[in-house]
Amino acid sequence: MILLEVENVVKQFAGHLALDNVSLTVPENSIYGLLGPNGAGKTTLIRIINCITAPDSGEVRLNGKKMTTAEVQQIGYLPEERGLYKKMKVGEQALYLAQLKGMSRQDALKALKYWFEKFEIQAWWDKKVEELSKGMAQKVQFITTILHNPKLLIFDEPFSGFDPVNADLMKREILELRNNGATIIFSTHNMGTVEDLCENISLVNQAKIVLQGNVAEIRANHATKTFLVRSENSITGNNFELLSQTEKDGIFETKIKKMNTGSNNLLLKELIQQTEIHTFEELLPGMNDIFIETVKP
Amino acid sequence: MSKISLIIKREYTTRVMKKSFIILTFLTPLLFAGMITVPLWLASLKDNTKKHIYVIDRTNQYQKVLKSNETYEFDFVDKPVNAVRNDNADNKDFTALLLITDDLRKNSKAATIYSQQQVNLELKTYISDILSNYVEQQKLAAYNIPNLKQMVENSKADINIETIKWNKDGKEEVGSAELALIIGMISAFVIYMFIVIYGAQVMAGVVQEKTSRIVEVIISSVKPFELMMGKIIGIALVGLTQFLMWVVLTSILSMAVGSILGHGIDLNTLQQSNQINMNMHGMPTDTAQGSIQHIYSMLSGFDFLKISIFFVIYFLGGYLLYASLFAAVGSAVDSETDTQQFSLPLTLPIVFAIYAAIYSAQNPDGPLALWCSMIPFTSPIVMMVRLPYGVPAWQIAISLGILVLSFIGTTWMAGKIYRTGILMYGKKVTWKELWKWLRY
Repeated sequence: MILLEVENVVKQFAGHLALDNVSLTVPENSIYGLLGPNGAGKTTLIRIINCITAPDSGEVRLNGKKMTTAEVQQIGYLPEERGLYKKMKVGEQALYLAQLKGMSRQDALKALKYWFEKFEIQAWWDKKVEELSKGMAQKVQFITTILHNPKLLIFDEPFSGFDPVNADLMKREILELRNNGATIIFSTHNMGTVEDLCENISLVNQAKIVLQGNVAEIRANHATKTFLVRSENSITGNNFELLSQTEKDGIFETKIKKMNTGSNNLLLKELIQQTEIHTFEELLPGMNDIFIETVKP
Repeated sequence: MSKISLIIKREYTTRVMKKSFIILTFLTPLLFAGMITVPLWLASLKDNTKKHIYVIDRTNQYQKVLKSNETYEFDFVDKPVNAVRNDNADNKDFTALLLITDDLRKNSKAATIYSQQQVNLELKTYISDILSNYVEQQKLAAYNIPNLKQMVENSKADINIETIKWNKDGKEEVGSAELALIIGMISAFVIYMFIVIYGAQVMAGVVQEKTSRIVEVIISSVKPFELMMGKIIGIALVGLTQFLMWVVLTSILSMAVGSILGHGIDLNTLQQSNQINMNMHGMPTDTAQGSIQHIYSMLSGFDFLKISIFFVIYFLGGYLLYASLFAAVGSAVDSETDTQQFSLPLTLPIVFAIYAAIYSAQNPDGPLALWCSMIPFTSPIVMMVRLPYGVPAWQIAISLGILVLSFIGTTWMAGKIYRTGILMYGKKVTWKELWKWLRY
């Protein structure tokens, strides 16, 4: 099932093209990564999905329906530039933001109680935001984003500014939200999280989508036929190129690159005949490498 | 609850609950009341210390005029000036020395007052009044015409022109140009103050939302225009609340203070000062009570309800016109310190309007007053000055019509700048840029 469709979206700002014919589809109940260098157009795309900016042409659909106020209310959006009213009390402010999202006061109170208990921050309710630390404020911000139980969650650089403990907490919460049926889009520079969390990605560069698809497939497609072999003795062969070899505690660690198009089993067979093999592992490129390689001018 | 009313409610309650708002709302009427009553109260205080004045009178003819009383004690001595000075070098009781060297009829400059400290004005006026009066009478007597004094007294005139306005029913109302001026200027000034203060609050509010980075969170729930209008309307309500509180509190206070001071303040003091006036100019003045009655009859000649209604209308019109522009400025900058560059073109016409109002007050039907009460950027302030003098209905209608059309126009324009501006971070905005945003 497809939850969100972005179709041929074009957005031109005075003097420069921010999005050039961008299309993507986000399957329901998945985590989708929106990657790209700074200024590539990610935030513009996210704003268009949120109906904050209107596209010059193209269309965005949620559940097959064109975006209207009712559709936007099913989105929870945590912008990259985020903050809270500093002088307002935490509880009051969370209630206000929830009501702006269309929740009734009672529902909002109930949901807030649940989340404040879950994050163990009930004591903050009557504090002013300016009294909170940055990490604390971000927790509150996270709660206000997901409070109205949105179908689609959009996080723009969710982990920037979080300390590692909180970042991990957020990661777990995001996964739990997904398991509970939500669909999540997030834009990030952190390729580690992409590999951990995302099922699909779009890589945006200079207003265009340059790479799109399933993370596992993308990595397989970018495979460089490199293998890591741990063995009792050193290995040699004609079918592969030796990239590096080290020895530690009597175990040889060798990186090899397959020269032919034969299957991996064939290669392994050749190695087994030489010595005792402890490990034979294909080294898939990280998203980081793929990102840099794709974006490189 | 609709979203815009949620925003209005937040803007209103957060401001009204602020300590500074509460303090200002309750203190200002006290300040007003204080400004009116303290001088009266001070005037009623008497200086009880006795003034001791030595007099050296070389002509020996003024002793019968300068009589000692409760306040002033005149001590006639026959010593050289220096001797008096040396004798009293450390005398705390000594106030001043009056030296009269010649007949004042012939030489009007023959009297001098010496003292160790600056001679106060009251003493100087008191002595010179007595001496002038005496010399005047001496001169009159010198003409040897019987009843001359009486004739001079009768020939003095005090022309007090009463102004009466014919209203539409053909009735006569006691009018007062002075009172119209005061009422007009006060309401013009209050509108000016409210536009500047609350316009600046709108701007600061927008800048705050932008710098705290909450704006994008909010406009993912509501349209930027709703956010802007919610803020503008919420702050307008704050302004109206404050104004209403001031009116109510000031009237309660002045009634309370009036009833206390009505007995407390010595009417005698007022009458005394009137009598001094009479002595000086020989003309009778209204007693305090008489003038209060006069003021009441003039006040009743004004249609306060009409003026209050127009005050609210023009306040809202002027505020809406400027507030949206202030919001646009706030959205275009990154911090409050950057607002000056763009808010100057907004504050200039407001300041111009208050000057135009001051000049219009002198000629409320002149071309400056007429045009400035039509131009929307000045009309809310200038029209308030003209209203107490009476303005034809068609002029009010045109002025209000232009004002309404203009604030719809500026709000529309500001909305366009605003929705682009609030999402722009870390960019130095130029006028050219603003123009571009307008045409997106």
